[in-house]
Amino acid sequence: MIRRITEKVGASWVFLSSVVVLYGILASVDLELVGNTLPVFGKLILRIFPILILIFGIMFLTNLLFEAKSIVKILGRASGIRGWILAISGGIISSGPIYMWYPLLGDLKERGMKDSLIAAFLYNRAIKIPLIPMMVHYFGWPFTIVLSMYMVLFSIINGLVVERLTGGKP
Amino acid sequence: MLTLKPNSNLMTLISLKQAFLKTVQSFKRSLPILLGILMLLSLAAATIPKSFYSAIFTGNRVVDPLIGASMGSIAGGNPLTSYIIAGELRMQGISMLAITAFIVAWVTVGLIQLPAEALMLGKRFALVRNGISFVTAIMIAVLTVLILGWT
Repeated sequence: MIRRITEKVGASWVFLSSVVVLYGILASVDLELVGNTLPVFGKLILRIFPILILIFGIMFLTNLLFEAKSIVKILGRASGIRGWILAISGGIISSGPIYMWYPLLGDLKERGMKDSLIAAFLYNRAIKIPLIPMMVHYFGWPFTIVLSMYMVLFSIINGLVVERLTGGKP
Repeated sequence: MLTLKPNSNLMTLISLKQAFLKTVQSFKRSLPILLGILMLLSLAAATIPKSFYSAIFTGNRVVDPLIGASMGSIAGGNPLTSYIIAGELRMQGISMLAITAFIVAWVTVGLIQLPAEALMLGKRFALVRNGISFVTAIMIAVLTVLILGWT
């Protein structure tokens, strides 16, 4: 039954409907709680909107400029060290919440980007250059430097292990 | 003999239109998932008070990093929020091992985003990546604290 509905309307709509149902159930129990989420939701929407436009632009440009063959060459199995550098630096430079990048990465994956590089990209989203002063303020330079170095190193390990466990070759 | 020259302007226009439509299609598939994730994150932010985080640590040096990584995995969101919470935890005497595991898991593991990640990047990929990121959050915490001599 659930599989038939998912096939008919799409998994993404089933997911959104499930969340709406969850909200409905919560509202019937505690309406004030659901009311409290609305300003948070509004703030989130406002914050992610510019990022959404940016990601739309990047997706449009990759669709326009790169064929699947080029993506495979740059980010696929034979991408080598250049692929890793692109994934790591892309993860560090990219801004906004992690989930905003899923559509672009899903698109690139369909066109040949390998799992290890997707995992490395997502892992390096942890290092945010504009937030470094804040981390230094709370924990100091030594902690910030050591943690950032480990994050980059472990992003590679994470990528290699993910690739191995998801069935591909690193 | 008459030869037809391809009109480069027309070709560019067609390519632009095709790329635009393809991008719109991808976005249409992703938008309901993004909207659902935003609703779940709003719910988590509105229901979990910041004081909750400090209340659940035990003071045990083995258990606390696990709690830290678990809390970071469930909560997630803007890294800035994790620094602020972590700063408060530090002032309350929570170990740096637990705090570091919390910060790393906050940004690398996402249980709330897991359904979206599974839908867009594959179920196996999402489960494996988040599982490994959870383990490495604890490993990074141990290594960072060891190298800084904060044990």
